[in-house]
Amino acid sequence: MSNVPRTALPGCSRSANDQMAKGLGYFSIALGLSEVIAAGAISRAAGLNGLHGLVRGYGGREIANGLAILTSHDPTTWVWGRVAGDVTDIATVAAGAEKMTKPRTLLALAMLAGVTALDVVCATRLAAEKGSRNSARTDYYDRSGFPKGLQAARGAARSFEAPRDFRTPDALRPHGQQQESREAAATTTPAASI
Amino acid sequence: MRALVWHGTTDIRCDTVPDPRIEDDRDAIIKVTSCAICGSDLHLFDHFMPGMKKGDIMGHETMGEVVEVGSAAKSKLKIGDRIVVPFTIICGECEQCRRGNFSVCERTNRNKKLADTVFGHTTAGLFGYTHLTGGYPGGQAEYLRVPFADATHIKVPDGVPDEKLLFLSDIFPTGWQAAVQCDIEPSDTVAIWGCGPVGQMAIRSAILLGAKQVIAIDRLPERLSMAQAGGATTINFEEESTVKRLNDLTDGKGPQKCIDAVGLEAHATSTVDAMYDRAKQAMMLETDRPHVLREMIYVCRPAGTLSIPGVYGGLLDKIPFGALMNKGLTVRTGQTHVNRWTDDLLHRVLDDQIDPSFVITHKVALDQGPEMYKAFRDKQDGCIKVMLKP
Ligand SMILES: NC(=O)c1ccc[n+]([C@@H]2O[C@H](COP(=O)([O-])OP(=O)(O)OC[C@H]3O[C@@H](n4cnc5c(N)ncnc54)[C@H](O)[C@@H]3O)[C@@H](O)[C@H]2O)c1
Ligand SMILES: [Zn+2]
Ligand SMILES: [Zn+2]
Repeated sequence: MSNVPRTALPGCSRSANDQMAKGLGYFSIALGLSEVIAAGAISRAAGLNGLHGLVRGYGGREIANGLAILTSHDPTTWVWGRVAGDVTDIATVAAGAEKMTKPRTLLALAMLAGVTALDVVCATRLAAEKGSRNSARTDYYDRSGFPKGLQAARGAARSFEAPRDFRTPDALRPHGQQQESREAAATTTPAASI
Repeated sequence: MRALVWHGTTDIRCDTVPDPRIEDDRDAIIKVTSCAICGSDLHLFDHFMPGMKKGDIMGHETMGEVVEVGSAAKSKLKIGDRIVVPFTIICGECEQCRRGNFSVCERTNRNKKLADTVFGHTTAGLFGYTHLTGGYPGGQAEYLRVPFADATHIKVPDGVPDEKLLFLSDIFPTGWQAAVQCDIEPSDTVAIWGCGPVGQMAIRSAILLGAKQVIAIDRLPERLSMAQAGGATTINFEEESTVKRLNDLTDGKGPQKCIDAVGLEAHATSTVDAMYDRAKQAMMLETDRPHVLREMIYVCRPAGTLSIPGVYGGLLDKIPFGALMNKGLTVRTGQTHVNRWTDDLLHRVLDDQIDPSFVITHKVALDQGPEMYKAFRDKQDGCIKVMLKP
């Protein structure tokens, strides 16, 4: 049987970063579901007493974000979406906590910070891998394509021997260059010929 | 897997399609790490080339990692090898392949009969490029099946970024062959029509091969700026007469060597010319728009050479053959014999003689491919070359 790694879900590719994004997608959905189902318990655990309506709403956001990551081909923007969500979560916990020094508030913040760090790493790696669209440019005067510069490039490949079937018939060569042209070419300094 | 799929004229979509499988023991499968959109793909997008079918996977500039190898290719390839895939599929054994005429390999076109009828004799099978050339699924996808993989590959070293190597698949050797076809002398002026990716590579190649003067012609300022960066004198054909300026730059004698890096979708350079071809195309009396060919034949110095990497599909009209014949011009053309040049070109890249990545202006995820086809065709957003990351 074929040992080609098959793409698991339609629309998902499989670089290590895509895999990490996928993991975060599943995590999003799991967390979102628990926030929806156990909003009361979670809001108490995070020190957000009485805010279970809000927590349930955040759960919905997590689920949607997770699904978007799992089903999109380029999850970069959705992982950035998670980062934005993390920031909201941290702000909410910080603002809603009765006392910042309570151990459970601190624990919740530490966990959120950890997840945020993971999300940021994943999003920046994805962005680097998938690239981004250049903003409109009107000129490319800085793109010679010659790492050693244009002057060094002129004639740098003159010693290349065109295969016999690619040579111009002798009769069509410039006068006097029938035979010597190639040897002459090899000895002309590039600058002298411009 | 995801792939860019042709659905009809100007309709390319990123679809989920079945993953490729080994079908023959000379096959290999690669996981695509990078691919690109070529000017030739535009002829399919605009449906100027016949022989496309709904569901065809696009793409013929592809590189990646070998993930599966058929038993007969195992002596040449192994899992984990990093390869660039040439756009021409080659058997490596037929008479043409043995001569290095890879793009006219006699064995790899699985629709040989059709090609024999249309062209008189078959040419090589090509990836992602009409059923006339085999209808092989292309490489704008997450995975690619490489037929005749024992011959159809270019091994590349690790540690060099994809951006520097990807174009060994097509445009770099195409620009190089275009210049080699000119057999450039140190006294030559080389005029190059079209500053798309192929024109850009042809400019760099002509400079490396030591032309006295390289002149590049286009109408898009951003492309002309890139041409100038590569060492060309530029002509904007919308602002001045190409023929007059070329003669001025060559003491009235015309360039010895002319390269057509435009092909069948050329913009008209005079209105009469334009109306004539539009009308003919509309009446299906002509398939291609040969403005550049006409201009090259007219302006080329007698006993000079016309090198034509630009693609043509069918019948051309009003070709000044009298001028061509009486001036004794040499015509050289063809799809590129990629593997004939790539060993040498890979060394030039590794030696820092040239870095082909200069041409990339857009690097995006594969599923943005459909919109990039439009941006590339319509030259939006400064677009010159699109690289896609699956
Ligand atoms: N022979 C081969 O093996 C091979 C390989 C790759 C590409 N090609 C062909 O080479 C051609 C160019 O490819 P590309 O990727 O650079 O495409 P492209 O469409 O990006 O470039 C074509 C350029 O020609 C310019 N142009 C149009 N009309 C012109 C005119 N009358 N005078 C001067 N310039 C004009 C356009 O503005 C454009 O910049 C295409 O026909 C493509 O199919 C051939
Ligand atoms: Zn091409
Ligand atoms: Zn062959």
